[in-house]
Amino acid sequence: MTGRSIDVIASIPAKTTIGPSRDRTPKTLGAAWVQEGTPLARLHEYQGKGLLAESGVAIPRGKPCVTPGEARMIAESLGGPCVMKIQAWTTSRKAQGGVVFPETPDEAAEDAERLLQMRIGQFPVEQVLVEERLPIRDELFVSMSIDDAARAPVLLLSLTGGSGVEERAEKVRRLPVDPDEGVDASLVRTIIAGSSIEERFHDGLVDAITAAVRMAREVEARSVEINPLVTTEDGRVIAADSRVTIDDYAVFRHPELGIEIARELDHPPTPLERSAYNIEQADHRGTFYFAKLPTTGADDERPIGFHGAGGGGSMMSMDAVVGAGFTPANFTDTSGNPSSTKVYAAARVILHQAGIVGYFGSGSGVASQEQHHSAYGLAKAFRELGLDIPAVIRLGGNSEDRAVEILESACAGLPAPVVGFKKDDPPARCAERFKDLVSANGEKPWTPRERTFPPFVGSDAAMVFEIGLSDAWKGHVWVDLASCDARATAAVVEHGGGVFKEVDGKPALAIAPDEAHKKDSEMIACEIECARAGAPVVFVDLPIPGVDHVNWGER
Amino acid sequence: MAILIDETRRVLVQGITGREGRARTKLMLGMGTNVVCGVTPGKGGQDVDGVPVYNDVAEAIRACGEIDISVVFVPARLVKGAAIEAIEAGVGLVVLVPDRVPVWDAMAVAGCAAGHGSSFVGPNTLGILSPGRGSLGMIGGNAESAKQWFKKGPVGVISRSGGMTSSCAYYIGQAGVGMSTLVHVGGDQVLGLRIPDVALLFEDDPETEAIVIFGEIGGSQEEDLAALMQAGRVTKPVIAYIGGKVAKEGTRFSHAGAIIEGGKGTHAGKVEALTEAGATVVDSFGDLPAATVETLKAAGIAVGR
Repeated sequence: MTGRSIDVIASIPAKTTIGPSRDRTPKTLGAAWVQEGTPLARLHEYQGKGLLAESGVAIPRGKPCVTPGEARMIAESLGGPCVMKIQAWTTSRKAQGGVVFPETPDEAAEDAERLLQMRIGQFPVEQVLVEERLPIRDELFVSMSIDDAARAPVLLLSLTGGSGVEERAEKVRRLPVDPDEGVDASLVRTIIAGSSIEERFHDGLVDAITAAVRMAREVEARSVEINPLVTTEDGRVIAADSRVTIDDYAVFRHPELGIEIARELDHPPTPLERSAYNIEQADHRGTFYFAKLPTTGADDERPIGFHGAGGGGSMMSMDAVVGAGFTPANFTDTSGNPSSTKVYAAARVILHQAGIVGYFGSGSGVASQEQHHSAYGLAKAFRELGLDIPAVIRLGGNSEDRAVEILESACAGLPAPVVGFKKDDPPARCAERFKDLVSANGEKPWTPRERTFPPFVGSDAAMVFEIGLSDAWKGHVWVDLASCDARATAAVVEHGGGVFKEVDGKPALAIAPDEAHKKDSEMIACEIECARAGAPVVFVDLPIPGVDHVNWGER
Repeated sequence: MAILIDETRRVLVQGITGREGRARTKLMLGMGTNVVCGVTPGKGGQDVDGVPVYNDVAEAIRACGEIDISVVFVPARLVKGAAIEAIEAGVGLVVLVPDRVPVWDAMAVAGCAAGHGSSFVGPNTLGILSPGRGSLGMIGGNAESAKQWFKKGPVGVISRSGGMTSSCAYYIGQAGVGMSTLVHVGGDQVLGLRIPDVALLFEDDPETEAIVIFGEIGGSQEEDLAALMQAGRVTKPVIAYIGGKVAKEGTRFSHAGAIIEGGKGTHAGKVEALTEAGATVVDSFGDLPAATVETLKAAGIAVGR
């Protein structure tokens, strides 16, 4: 699930044809359909259909494709009129021209050419599902979601499905779902029996609906929607569409689903989102959340890097900075007492976005966590990238005085101002100050760049040892022994968190290398504190996979 | 009075010997909480800051007597088992601190609690704090800051964000108004006590004169509170801020519950429901303290400064 870099296109099961599996040997649900890499906890239509098929719900014959040639081949094998649907998380595929009805394989190839060039928002369409066209009689709307008021799932059922059903609320029936027992089949049967649907379909419909709810429990879905569930002229009951979202907190119990990024986004994960997710998985100290947000690219747009702390505080701060006329290019939250390393990594990911005109950080303002750890991480990222866009960071909460002092003094020599604020500075005021600083900087756009290394990194005369968060994420600590006079040595020992001792006037490891290996955050603090003490003799080289020139799993 | 926690409630800590359990037990003791015992399977016989440790909840209750509240600090995947153990042992209130508890586990805990007449707070709650009386969970960070930040008074705070629970109380405190109790209901989709449930507790608390809400996009807690106000079941003044005004549909904003789906749970819908029900809803978070002071004054309640 983690530590692998899977390209979305490469992740499509190449040889699997979607349709009822012939192999009836017992297996874990999901294995046949999505094990080769499902990018998100929100499944694509064809992936959700795969799970439904394994649970005994019939689905149309068909298969996803990524090229016009594949579309032609699938259409040929289906042998008749088709339907083709872009695989994208949007509610209005049809209105956007993302659903078409080719009559022949040639038409399918032509349509695929166009569909695969579509963009939904900023994000390209990467897959198109090609399916048999169904002779539809009845359409039903079936949706299981979690009702926060009932603290239980709820099943919405409408005997007239299709798009726009959510608005026709009066025709939608709500059925309670017991988390353990599922939905009461006799209740479903009663509702269907009271409709005009022919009796020969009743058993099939009840079975399909109860099976979908059972599937939701089994894969721990947060929602399963079949819109529509159809009956056909040739006597079948078929799930003609599906939207399935797995609970991202339960993904660890479902390796069979192969979900690569247990996140819910409205777009395919970007490389930075993948990198951020891998950082979160490698470093469990606190939480790091990163989501790309839509920007328009308009001339008057002022995109910024946004770094929140705490879900609610982040949202509130984002509202404040948007109120000051900025557009966050991303939503980020580091909270829950994150390590300096995690905050550093988050800042590096945020600063890998070209064109941002400033860096705005703010959380609840009264954080229970010790804020100086965050200050170390931010200061390191800003320093080694030579930040030349303004940064305003609201560090209110425990140890805020220390945090602001660390941040501002460590960043004093940078080309652009880095300003820290405390709990008594309201977010709106911080946003106004940020606005002034960004204007004074001429709204200069940021260019992502390489880190600057001090000259002793790589030198034979320097001391070096390895640090690491996981097998895939490692780095090195360099100490410039040649520049270590008595004062510098004293600083290294003092700020080293017990890692160093003095031997013959120079710093040396005071602990075993395998213990020092885990002191990544202490070493980031040491680097910044020594620099603040006028002895910049420590450097932590911790490349961020996916941002610097290394990949997850490559090292 | 206050709600949910005061110095008289007898508290147990599950997962007391873990890193978080130890640190937060110390914090709760520092806040005046009556932590009488802890539980970690296999660690019975040890003690944490003088608090005796038992192997399971039933054993702890046999040794120490009835327990009112259990605070759970175990890894997310073990929360369901720990919560059910406490509920089945007769604990009336369970506080689930861990983040990332699977939602089907939370629903199982809810079913068990309903069957036993117990309540729970969380999952993913920073905790509950009654200034000068005690706290549950990790709210405050350290007792020294928490005592400086949070003062006793007439306002009850209910929040869907942990950090913003503290933040609301701190900024309103700076405006001269103290708190009866601060409750972080948790950031998840399925929660034990929700905003409307906690509002009913504040309604019955003679010390609470007004209720401050930090709401967020997603779910129906704010709308359900508005319905209680419309029905006359919550009559105390409500002052609210709803986060996520600029959030778009379909992306989750850190909290599991903070997602707009199918056009439901929008910022505008929540603001409208609460405003129509008579709540004061501020557009900018910075206006919350002044609005709270004004509301209390208008209701004839004396406020400091």
